[in-house]
Amino acid sequence: MTDHATLVPTPPAARGRAGAMRGVRIWLAALLLGLGPAPALMAQDDSADAGQAATASQDASATLAPLLAELGGAGYREKQALVARMVALGAPNTRLALRAFLDGALYQRAADGKVFIAVEDGDDHYSLTDPLTGAAAGGASGGLKRIRTNNALRKALRQAIAQFELSDPDAAVRLASARELVDDLDEDTVALLRQRAPVEKDAEVLAEIETGLALADLGSADAEGRMAAIEHLRGSMKTAVYNRLNLIAEGDPDTAVRKAAAAAVRGIDGWRKVYGWIETLFFGMSLGSVLVLAAIGLAITFGVMGVINMAHGELMMIGAYTTYCMQLLMPEHIGLSMVLSIPAAFIVSGAFGVAIERGIVRFLYGRPLETLLATFGLSLILQQLVRSIFSPLNRSVSTPDFMSGTLQINEALSLTYNRLYIIVFALIVFVLLQLILKRTTLGLKVRAVSQNRAMARAMGIRSEWVDAATFGLGAGIAGVAGVALSQLTNVGPNLGQSYIIDSFMVVVFGGVGNLWGTLISGLSLGVINKLLEPYSGAVLAKILVLVFLILFIQRRPRGLFPHKGRAAEGH
Amino acid sequence: MSVMSRAGALFDRSRVFDFLIEGQPPPALDLKHNVILYLEGITVSFDGFRALNDLNLYIEAGELRCIIGPNGAGKTTMMDVITGKTRPDAGSAWFGQRLNLLNMSEPEIAQAGIGRKFQKPTVFQEHTVFENLELAMAGDKSVWKILFAKLTPQQRDRIDEVLGIIGLPDLREQRAGSLSHGQKQWLEIGMLLMQEPELLLVDEPVAGMTPQETERTAELLVSLAGRHSVVVVEHDMDFVRSIARTVTVLHEGSVLAEGSMDSVQNDPRVVEVYLGE
Amino acid sequence: MAASSLLSRLLPMRDDRGSSAFFVVLLAVAVAVPILHLAVPEGSALHLSTYTVTLLGKYLSYALLAVALDLIWGYCGILSLGHTAFFALGGYAMGMYLMRQIGSRGVYGDPVLPDFMVFLDWKALPWFWHGFDMFWFAMLMVVLAPGVLAYVFGWFAFRSRVTGVYLSIITQALTYALLLAFFRNEMGFGGNNGLTDFKDLLGYDLQSSNTRVALFLCTAIALGLGYAASRYIVGSRFGRVIEAVRDAEARTRFIGYKVENYKLWLFTFSAALAGIAGALYVPQVGIINPGEFAPINSIEVVVWVAIGGRGTLYGAVVGALLVNYAKTVLTGALPEIWLYALGALFVVVTVFLPQGIVGLLRRKEATA
Repeated sequence: MTDHATLVPTPPAARGRAGAMRGVRIWLAALLLGLGPAPALMAQDDSADAGQAATASQDASATLAPLLAELGGAGYREKQALVARMVALGAPNTRLALRAFLDGALYQRAADGKVFIAVEDGDDHYSLTDPLTGAAAGGASGGLKRIRTNNALRKALRQAIAQFELSDPDAAVRLASARELVDDLDEDTVALLRQRAPVEKDAEVLAEIETGLALADLGSADAEGRMAAIEHLRGSMKTAVYNRLNLIAEGDPDTAVRKAAAAAVRGIDGWRKVYGWIETLFFGMSLGSVLVLAAIGLAITFGVMGVINMAHGELMMIGAYTTYCMQLLMPEHIGLSMVLSIPAAFIVSGAFGVAIERGIVRFLYGRPLETLLATFGLSLILQQLVRSIFSPLNRSVSTPDFMSGTLQINEALSLTYNRLYIIVFALIVFVLLQLILKRTTLGLKVRAVSQNRAMARAMGIRSEWVDAATFGLGAGIAGVAGVALSQLTNVGPNLGQSYIIDSFMVVVFGGVGNLWGTLISGLSLGVINKLLEPYSGAVLAKILVLVFLILFIQRRPRGLFPHKGRAAEGH
Repeated sequence: MSVMSRAGALFDRSRVFDFLIEGQPPPALDLKHNVILYLEGITVSFDGFRALNDLNLYIEAGELRCIIGPNGAGKTTMMDVITGKTRPDAGSAWFGQRLNLLNMSEPEIAQAGIGRKFQKPTVFQEHTVFENLELAMAGDKSVWKILFAKLTPQQRDRIDEVLGIIGLPDLREQRAGSLSHGQKQWLEIGMLLMQEPELLLVDEPVAGMTPQETERTAELLVSLAGRHSVVVVEHDMDFVRSIARTVTVLHEGSVLAEGSMDSVQNDPRVVEVYLGE
Repeated sequence: MAASSLLSRLLPMRDDRGSSAFFVVLLAVAVAVPILHLAVPEGSALHLSTYTVTLLGKYLSYALLAVALDLIWGYCGILSLGHTAFFALGGYAMGMYLMRQIGSRGVYGDPVLPDFMVFLDWKALPWFWHGFDMFWFAMLMVVLAPGVLAYVFGWFAFRSRVTGVYLSIITQALTYALLLAFFRNEMGFGGNNGLTDFKDLLGYDLQSSNTRVALFLCTAIALGLGYAASRYIVGSRFGRVIEAVRDAEARTRFIGYKVENYKLWLFTFSAALAGIAGALYVPQVGIINPGEFAPINSIEVVVWVAIGGRGTLYGAVVGALLVNYAKTVLTGALPEIWLYALGALFVVVTVFLPQGIVGLLRRKEATA
């Protein structure tokens, strides 16, 4: 499966992103164009003579222009006729033009009556593309009139486009087209699919087409044909299939067919449930990853150093604001600023961390409750600082393109990219941290100091320096977590506060001083939370998890994976 | 939710309450066979390291037993097992015939009559010497009794008596935290006396004491034996020699040798452990 | 003076100068405030407005909360970061009584259901609202609701020997969970808006001056009694046991004290005291909402005690009054500054003044 084929255009839930999706589609169309327009057309007929086809297409291209120009002034009925003529003509760029037409991106210039594909790229300014060549054709700010469509016309357009796409050389395009067709079957589309089925080579596209044909066969007159179709559709995850089978299970005249359909529906239900679980698991993992990111810096300062840093949440907040500032600095390059924000946030929050350690925490070693209070006071100051500098209101951080969109596995299961990235990101941070602690001299010193401070000093380790560095590391990771959080939640002065209790719970649940414990506890708490949500609602789920944790810590104060050994036995 | 749990908690009250019914006297100490402490097959491991390895030890009623052994032999861990601080992985520990120490919490064991003096003196730093002794005093230590407790003249006399024994009568109003190391040792011994235990576990009592004080401690411990059973862990061989009737040598978590000081000292295995090859 | 010497004879006070001073000042205030409010004419410079009386009453209820926290933190080393949960529960119990007193005078005029229930289209009173029309029952709940919660929570926590920072964090989680829960409309406690628009208490109009003075006096009396009870506890052998637990918990076990029972009862008593403080607070400020459960409130209480000087009881009172007075002044004049000031207080007190103001005064006295 290739990348762009998985970008399914405009699922109902994502209407809000129509703008972005339109951009993607046009980009997709342009990409296909680059692959060569002529073969795209001629693939319709494998036996066609290539040379002949080339001349034909040149002629066709010449005659496409007037047809397009006519669109502007035509009524809807005439437009439909014009579209039919364009399809019959089969010019190389027809599909691009039709696609733009469908998306409402086809405009006529008032001055000369020329038709362009126009995309708004600023306040009332449009960048133009020539639909005949696919080449950029400058810009315009006004003097453009959109060529309108209505429902019937859009239907016709979709079919026309599908007809082109179904014979595209790129399997991914064919697949997308087949999917679109199968979702909206009628006699014509069935005919298209039937025509394509014998020549289709790609297994996935063929399967989609066969599903469509089987769906059509469900309406066949003889029970045997319907049975065969049901047999074929067993296990398909398409909503259209599910709905049809349900209807048949209830209303088919033949008992055996009804039974078979009901069995198939049950089977699909089972699979849907499985996919539902997978989706919940995914949501849980992504929530868990956020928790891990938030908690892992704390696991360093609390777990390794034994320091309670209540300002940890505010260090995450600083990381999130760093992301915001980076975007302000380079508003043109959201994606790049995102990537650069990661080291920037690490440095900024890390510097704050070192300052906190040198300024406050080091006076309070061995007095955990006092450390807790002092750092809490600090967290108040940092919050107020952000309110004074930025504003008490939330700031919005944009999501880069590569993080928006959905990975569609099938109709029952789709995974959003930003969540996917967060999971991957959390794992990368975790692995890096493990490497730092296990493989670097800093890590060695940190572990030495945490196990036996006096001995480490005797060995010549500057424990003060190590303390500051460790605290800075934990704080820096909090900053990095803040970058991730800026993509999921509002960036505001209270951002950190809402995570501090959760983070502590994750660390304590996992077992203090155990990074693996933090990872597992964070992920499992995320999953537990999401498993509970459908039954109890989000807030109650959170309460239940908190209550569970309170009880758990009381049963096993040392967490899931306690440190064992003689040292841990002391009071 | 919270209301439900609160209501549930109300129901729970009856059940919760019964663990608060204190002062139910534990079954009395039964010394029918004249043995006060049985440790059988006790094994304790920390992370794979066996601090105690199939330890068997019997203390007779009224006995004064010294336990010696090199560092890491498991002496302190053994005391932890007896006082309920550490639960062994295997074995059994009985106080007299009827009290299974492994089923009892630290305070229950203390109340049943086992007193312990720690290796590192731990007194209540912020309390006065007098208050330290008052806190340690034998008696009902349930919440309600203690809340309304008043010192009777007899109890006051007893505290004064112990203050005399440990030589701190002039420091009774002094904060315990301001005492010298040796004075803290004495105070802790005094607290042990106030508990009036049947069995005293004394971990390195003379560390940090002057020779005179050591001598007094020896006298005190010898005088206690008979009425009480005393187990002393000590490194100071002269001190052990001066008080010991029976000596047990621990090595790598089990008993290496047991007998009179002389017989133990001449045991080639003991010599080997102490002096190396 | 006579009263205080009588008290000091009744109470086993070891160093009773601070406590004596507390009782003298409290008595003076309790006598002076009603006179200055009711007897001194309004134009006079000495006249205290209703606002001031209510404000003082609020401070005194905070002082009682601070005493409750000092009892467990200062004397037993249990740093509860969720003590306002108990305060708020007491407040809600009182609020529920006050809601039921509104009767048909609410906006919707329903004789039984409070306005927010009518608004949510509830048909009947939830079961846990029954009984709150009776004052004695509500007052019982003021003590029982926080007390039982503290008992159950403490029973689990202390028995499994959760101590120190861990305990602090789970107390914070407890109040956080309650915060989330009380925000939900389905809980039946008025959700986000909480309980408000109270009319009268035992038939007395809450807006009238006389009621305000009476409430102030009740708070002063509650503070005096709560303080005296706490002082008795810490002066008794029980008090010496809990201090022993604070300083050397394991050692206390080895001399035969069931430490968890001591902590449990002290914690429960402290929670009940906080509940009473909450119940006195609500009719004076006229509202109780889930915001009272916010973890930051609990931590603020800790700062009052830390600033005053923990482990002295009167230090807690001093801290509560000073910080709240400063808060009133600062949030009025420079609202931006308040959080900076509070934050700085945390840092300064923990790093430079571990014994608080009382400790500072004592040290001065010792060197003088």
